[in-house]
Amino acid sequence: MKNSRFLILGIFFAIVLSKTQAISWYRFYEMFTFQSFHMFGVIGSAVVISMVFMRLFKSGKIKDINGNKIVPKPKKKGVTSTLLGGTLFGLGWGISGACAAPIFIILGFELIPALILLVGALLGAFIYGLCSKKLPN
Amino acid sequence: MDFILQPWPWYVGGPLIAISLLLYFYFGKNFGASTNFETLCTIAGAGKVSDYFKKDWKERDFALLFVIGLIIGGFIAAIYLIPNQAIDLNPKTVQELTSLGFSNGGNQYFPNEIFGVAAFSSIKGFLILLVSGVLIGFGTRYAGGCTSGHAITGLSSLQLPSLLAVIGFFIGGIIATWYLIPLLF
Repeated sequence: MKNSRFLILGIFFAIVLSKTQAISWYRFYEMFTFQSFHMFGVIGSAVVISMVFMRLFKSGKIKDINGNKIVPKPKKKGVTSTLLGGTLFGLGWGISGACAAPIFIILGFELIPALILLVGALLGAFIYGLCSKKLPN
Repeated sequence: MDFILQPWPWYVGGPLIAISLLLYFYFGKNFGASTNFETLCTIAGAGKVSDYFKKDWKERDFALLFVIGLIIGGFIAAIYLIPNQAIDLNPKTVQELTSLGFSNGGNQYFPNEIFGVAAFSSIKGFLILLVSGVLIGFGTRYAGGCTSGHAITGLSSLQLPSLLAVIGFFIGGIIATWYLIPLLF
């Protein structure tokens, strides 16, 4: 199956985040209290190197597997939605030490209570879906 | 082999995250993780309640495989690749956490005070995880992305909404760690 490459990539990404401790509650606590450089180094270097890749995508030097130009989807605009949504997400991230991908990785660590976090996240996405049209952008 | 079993420093982890992004785009898809919360809602039947979820989830089967990979990868890492979960925390952080009542600061990845099985028997512990989850699910969808989609993909492609979102992430994260955690524990 051609999509199995995403399965392998998921395994790879999970191992990278696990080994570099970027799924650890303690590492995020340290990041938000500015007591360690580690997570800033991880995210910062990932962003800087990705910038180089983005330039190579834009200039067409790197094309996708089908030979098409790679164009990252434009993010939806809206000051309220990004700032407020971002802040709400930050609250959940700061308390639980988990952002989206790590929730699944933590489940792989056989920490069953992470299921509560996942159920909560699905509930949150569901509530967003119900009221998305009524929220300010 | 020794290097694989040691914790990886930031200058190994960061570039490998960028390579994951590169491969994701190379395989023809947009890198991100939080849209999967919506897809899982669709699979669970949320389309019956709201048109927002009336989508063909099979178009996102690649992302679901990525998610399954995340779980398998976490399992492999935990069992085979991390013989010792000790984290080289700032001694100040450990001291702070001890005074807040966290017993095992830095000796493992996840504190028992949050991820222990007590989360199933104590209402407070259960609600801490559930409400955090709701904030993560709602917040990422409202903001249009998470750490992968906004902080890595969006910032590196110089998108202004992602900068605002990341500022939001830090406002929320700082309020949570500076004010809410001392209140909750």
